[in-house]
Amino acid sequence: MSYSVKMTVNGKEVTGEVEGRTLLVQFLREHLGLTGTHVGCDTSQCGACTIHMNGRAVKSCALLATHCEGQDILTIEGLADGDTLHPMQEAFREHHALQCGFCTPGMVMSAIGIVDDNPDPSHDEIRHALEGNICRCTGYHNIVLAIEAAAQEMNK
Amino acid sequence: MTGGGDTVDIRGAAHAKVKHDSAVRHVTGKAIYIDDMPNVPGTLEALFVTSPHAHARIISIDGARALAMAGVHAVLTAEDIPGHNDIAPVFSEEPVLASGTAEYVGHPVALVVAETYDMAFAAAKAVRVAYEPLEPVLSIQEALANKHYTFPEQIMERGDPDGAIEGAVNRVSGRVSCGGQDHFYLEGQVALALPGEDNDMLVYSSTQHPSEVQHGVAHVLGIASNQVTVEVRRMGGGFGGKESQPTIIAAAAALAAHKTGRPAKYRMRRDDDMVVTGKRHDFDFTYEVGFDHDGRIEGIDVVMAMRSGNVADLSSGVLARALCHGDNCYYLPAVRFQGYPCKTNTVSNTAFRGFRGPQGMFVIEVVLEHIARELGKPVEDIRSVNYYGTDDRNTTPYGQTIKDNIIAELTESLKNAIDYDRRVGEVERFNAHQTSLKKGIALMPVKFGVSFNTPLLNQAGALVHVFTDGSVHLNHGGTEMGQGLFTKVAQVVATVFQIDIDNIKISSTRTDKVPNTSATAASSGSDLNGMAALNAAETIKDRMAGVAADHFEVAANEIEFRQNRVYAGNESLSFAALAQMTWAARESLSSTGYYKTPEINWDAKTLTGNPFYYFTYGACVSEVVIDTLTGESRVLRADILQDCGKSLNPSVDYGQIEGAFVQGMGWLTSEELVWDDGGRLLTHGPSTYKIPGSRDVPPELNIHILEDAPNRVPTIFRSKAVGEPPLMLALAVYLAIRDAVGRLGGGRLMPVLNAPATPEAILTAVDDIRRRAEAGAK
Repeated sequence: MSYSVKMTVNGKEVTGEVEGRTLLVQFLREHLGLTGTHVGCDTSQCGACTIHMNGRAVKSCALLATHCEGQDILTIEGLADGDTLHPMQEAFREHHALQCGFCTPGMVMSAIGIVDDNPDPSHDEIRHALEGNICRCTGYHNIVLAIEAAAQEMNK
Repeated sequence: MTGGGDTVDIRGAAHAKVKHDSAVRHVTGKAIYIDDMPNVPGTLEALFVTSPHAHARIISIDGARALAMAGVHAVLTAEDIPGHNDIAPVFSEEPVLASGTAEYVGHPVALVVAETYDMAFAAAKAVRVAYEPLEPVLSIQEALANKHYTFPEQIMERGDPDGAIEGAVNRVSGRVSCGGQDHFYLEGQVALALPGEDNDMLVYSSTQHPSEVQHGVAHVLGIASNQVTVEVRRMGGGFGGKESQPTIIAAAAALAAHKTGRPAKYRMRRDDDMVVTGKRHDFDFTYEVGFDHDGRIEGIDVVMAMRSGNVADLSSGVLARALCHGDNCYYLPAVRFQGYPCKTNTVSNTAFRGFRGPQGMFVIEVVLEHIARELGKPVEDIRSVNYYGTDDRNTTPYGQTIKDNIIAELTESLKNAIDYDRRVGEVERFNAHQTSLKKGIALMPVKFGVSFNTPLLNQAGALVHVFTDGSVHLNHGGTEMGQGLFTKVAQVVATVFQIDIDNIKISSTRTDKVPNTSATAASSGSDLNGMAALNAAETIKDRMAGVAADHFEVAANEIEFRQNRVYAGNESLSFAALAQMTWAARESLSSTGYYKTPEINWDAKTLTGNPFYYFTYGACVSEVVIDTLTGESRVLRADILQDCGKSLNPSVDYGQIEGAFVQGMGWLTSEELVWDDGGRLLTHGPSTYKIPGSRDVPPELNIHILEDAPNRVPTIFRSKAVGEPPLMLALAVYLAIRDAVGRLGGGRLMPVLNAPATPEAILTAVDDIRRRAEAGAK
């Protein structure tokens, strides 16, 4: 059985026909072609699929598309303003806070959520808040530095 | 040629801290991984049916019920393979689909092809496979006792180790083991196969080794290599797990596409990936060593029994590298390293960052600790007397003379920088005042040989085009998995042409552009491909210089490429104008480039030779704290000094050092592969298999790249390889945990602690050493 869903994604209203079991991440990737949101572990552990729903960072593989009816979704593709990167994106680039890049979109979305909750996080607070996102390439060090730098920029 | 790269008046020259070439695409979600490619209409999804038994005869496979389901296009078995059901990278008889016998839990026995993944998933459950279970061999020890190997044992021997051990004034022996490790690349294994005319096949594969995928697909489909093209722009992590393993997935996707005539994709889900594909080898070691009163080793005999898994895969190279790193930084006058590739009914183990160098170093470091405890001396003293010399005592067990040894100075430099002796004193004082928390501290020196152990693999190709607008297209045989190889090679080309790196387009690795490549592995990516690209770019540059010389009416050696321009004295042209002029002069603006590592040789029969072009060095001091009531451990601080030669890109190298160290830490502490007694992997997802998270890494991690240390041999701009060596620095963490446990026993008792040093293992070791200490005291 299929369901019609309607939600706002990156500022635009979108509609689609989905199955009851369709995950939000599948809707984003397969229906809308927004492939910047990645699937890393398929079990809501790694955080590569993190997006924002109504301004909160959430894992899009842990939500059904039908749950998002009428909600406001922001993905990595909706973050930059044209060619101007969001301060968090710029900080990840500047601080070499990425290697293979596969976890990066989810990291960036989680990181913004961290700063939204805590505008001036310490290293320890960042590390604590970042636990739901796994990176296998770096040792998180530059990611922590990037988030700290972006927080300062976002507070301006 | 190789001393260059010092000019910094262009953007992105060699040795500059250039950002990763895909950084902006990564942070905006615009970097395209294979599963992100726009779907070609009609693309089908493939999925393996796998064996639930560790060892079983396959009696029959009945796909009728699955085929009758909606959207199912094919159920394929070994019999449906048109070519050879064999994708062995080194030996033979390593099938894509099990034929006759299933050899491990997760062994692919059939392939379902359907419209969607969900349909394939449902159909896979409906395929009826009848098995006759057979007795499995599940442990290293069982295989070892029965001489059950995947290929013959390798024994590296020099001198008379038995006589030396026998004649030594001190002797100790012991056993220790280390676990395997799942790669846990964030992007799982994935391939997309697109059938073309005349049975041609285009395969997008997340692989470190496109040529091997090409050969595997051609072999399985029974077509020539020239009919298969393999492409990869980037991987979401590799770490060795995408060296031989992607061929399984790519061959399956290609078989599905070949049989159905439609594009076919196989994105392996995480749980399947962890069960079906290979991992780092776990090892059981036993050792016996004889030494003098200073702890100087006179003779040593080590049995290294590794879990090869159900097939050989790359294990022969892995074992050779193990034997070649069992010495680490120490001169072993009389030595026997016995390597046994144990065949078990578990997934085939495979390449993983370090390629078993880490396991080789693991055992020798435990041996040194044992000597120290036996003599009641600091292990640092034992290291000092055993370090390789620079003029004598500098020949490895395999006969290579070490010409670039800096380990003694490097470790001394690190110890001084961090005030090592004071830190040891602080650990002692902390422990004296704490009852449940105990600290430990340890140093780990690393010497790592650079080059593939097999000399013929040490070759690379590149392809460079300059277009008439001055833009440059760069291609080479190396693959990008996040390590920054593409960035480094582009820096090389920018430096040769003296143009900004923005003018260089880095392109996907493709087997039809640069053929017959080696895997991007053995830390050799930039050494090999950087040199090949340099060679191609210099060929074009020479032609352009000739045209410029004619234009300016000067000798070619008076032409200078500088700051995006080409000069003859005070006159100049833009690089783009010269490109246009070169085309008009009918000179080719395209060239291949090629490189083979000089001076290397290896006799695989006698296990002797000069397999490594050079060695790279590093050291790490780690301080840990353990909770003796729970067994939990934390790394409080780590300090690293790593030799990168004259680093091509310090930002990239820093990232490699940090990431490798943390990955090594995971291998030695939290990443535990658990199989049940039926051979089923119980830790097949991140909920049960714990890779380091953001809170597990040391809050204080100080990384320094050794300065003023250009490579002594003419590598690309005198840089050194960095991908794998720092992983072994994490042994400092394991040794520091052993130090903390050992302090509970007064220092003279050996902790009984295998790796990974999980909380459970640490707690058991703590209880054990306390019991033994008390028994001794009574």
